Amino acid sequence: MTEKHHDYTKTTPRFSATFDPFTVSQIQRAAATGIYDIRGGGTKRKLPHFDDLLFLGASMSRYPLEGYRERCGTDVVLGTRFAKKPIHLKTPVTIAGMSFGALSAQAKEALGRGASAVGTSTTTGDGGMTPEERGHSSTLIYQYLPSRYGMNPDDLRKADAIEIVVGQGAKPGGGGMLLGQKISPRVAQMRDLPEGIDQRSACRHPDWTGPDDLEIKIEELREITNWEKPIYVKVGASRPYYDVSLAVKSGADVVVLDGMQGGTAATQEVFIEHVGLPILAAIRPAVQALQDLGLHRKVQLIVSGGIRTGADVAKALALGADAVAIGTAALVALGDQSPDLAEEYAKLGTVPGAYDDWQDGRDPAGITTQDPTLSARLDPILGGRRLANYLSVLTMEAQTIARACGKSHLHNLEPEDLVALTIEAAAMTRLPLAGTDWYPGKAGF
Amino acid sequence: MQTIDLNTTTLRELNSRLQTENAGASWQVANPNGRHALAVGLTQPIEVTIEGHAGYYAAGMNQQASVVINGNAGQGVAENMMSGRVHVKGNASSSAGATAHGGLLVIEGDAGARCGISMKGVDIVVRGSIGHMSAFMAQSGNLVVCGDAGEALGDSLYETRIFVRGKVRGLGADCEEKDMTPEDRAIVTSLLEKAGVTDCKAEDFRLYGSARTLYHFNVDNASAY
Repeated sequence: MTEKHHDYTKTTPRFSATFDPFTVSQIQRAAATGIYDIRGGGTKRKLPHFDDLLFLGASMSRYPLEGYRERCGTDVVLGTRFAKKPIHLKTPVTIAGMSFGALSAQAKEALGRGASAVGTSTTTGDGGMTPEERGHSSTLIYQYLPSRYGMNPDDLRKADAIEIVVGQGAKPGGGGMLLGQKISPRVAQMRDLPEGIDQRSACRHPDWTGPDDLEIKIEELREITNWEKPIYVKVGASRPYYDVSLAVKSGADVVVLDGMQGGTAATQEVFIEHVGLPILAAIRPAVQALQDLGLHRKVQLIVSGGIRTGADVAKALALGADAVAIGTAALVALGDQSPDLAEEYAKLGTVPGAYDDWQDGRDPAGITTQDPTLSARLDPILGGRRLANYLSVLTMEAQTIARACGKSHLHNLEPEDLVALTIEAAAMTRLPLAGTDWYPGKAGF
Repeated sequence: MQTIDLNTTTLRELNSRLQTENAGASWQVANPNGRHALAVGLTQPIEVTIEGHAGYYAAGMNQQASVVINGNAGQGVAENMMSGRVHVKGNASSSAGATAHGGLLVIEGDAGARCGISMKGVDIVVRGSIGHMSAFMAQSGNLVVCGDAGEALGDSLYETRIFVRGKVRGLGADCEEKDMTPEDRAIVTSLLEKAGVTDCKAEDFRLYGSARTLYHFNVDNASAY
């Protein structure tokens, strides 16, 4: 028997860290197609995130609350600054804006059902308000977007709050996109567009250009709705200190701040991955802006982008947010990325957990599609129940942490309850590095 | 005719009175003094005359009402109008008729930049000229311009028809001149009549519309995106 020897004259194949296999496939894809890659979702790269923070909990110097017995409030009131009818939610976890068009009517209904079951709000998107989502959402936020697709004063008056969208975390500075596959007759009719065309919505509002104009726009919206409805202003995380200051100056009741982990229905991969800030880096400057104006907790701050667990919720609130919004996680709760669909994902060249061709309209889960057969797969009642379950878990998890920190309400969580695990996260959140009294970035070093 | 004097009445009171379901048939607004958000969110078929200049968003989101501005109008006059009629006797600033879904907007003077931006079914008649980037991403409806049009007219246009009698400084991406059919001329004639324009003839207008080359992504159009 001959023994086989390893060939020591050659090294093993080595992939480049710069030209890694995914990057090589990107170059090959670009060369083959001649068009940028479009996908859904938020950034997929590893970023400083809530995982880089830890709660300290109570011990000798702080007094915890009993896990299941002692009260830990979770409610939040939004829009107390100017609106006659602020919104009162039972949990600070809200559903972010997602359009009918990007999502099926069944998915929108399921989001409304799930959110309403736990006493929180859901939000329309580019394309207007459908009767299904109004009917199934006890609290519905109406997005006011640059495209004004489906924008109708009757719907404005039916809304519980109005969210003026300046930008979103996945693409600050970018407009919407809905490819022809998803412009079904109903979507086309609602948006007043030809069927089947690739639709791009504007990145700038058509009738105002800066904070001075926005102030007048907000006055107009309030005049049309009898000063009843809270006015939110949503920005993508880019220059949060200034953006939040200017939103407040313009008269916002609530500021929504969306980090780059926040999803989109469709945008260029290069945009998603290279523009904007991770939410972790954006919260403290936003809160600082509100504090400097003397309006922290008076103008409420909703943060979004990569909220997955009750720990993320608790950390966002401890850093100074009043509420959070979820989008991607809500879709997963409805059934997106289900392992049950592995075979169908394989036909689309992907696997459960990595599916991001939300722009394509072929979603086997029936969520990011307008195909009648596919969308019929999503049972809005069952989907709504799954979402309600998930929202309840997020709330209970956040309460678990808050009680351990001795807090009788989620809003009593504070930065002093947190430490950072990395120097980067510490510098971004102005928290001390765990186990030290070092605040990286403070005092010039 | 009921009169509201803005020297002695707040904007809130003005709009609340005009927005009520049984507001009287005819209203006059005295001393508007360029106030923003005048006569916005009206829902009833009433007549409102603003006796002077109006600021931003005059008659915004109008439904059914007929609003006359005896003066100039600021940015976004009749923005997102659904139905009814808004008539500006003077000039209008930028974004006149922005995103409006229906009704008729008449501007007797000139309109600034972005006239009819993202319009979604409204008819707009401008007796004078319009500024640059007008009818940007305009989706449907008709824009009739008796004077000239500025640069980048109809950029990224969808299905709005743009009729211009004077010179066009330049066309935006995917906007092209089209042949006028008898139906197109009938549209112009009818809109001129509704707008009370008696000194222009449909035959003198040229039609601009979407070349529809940007309706689907195409690498050969990369520089136009």
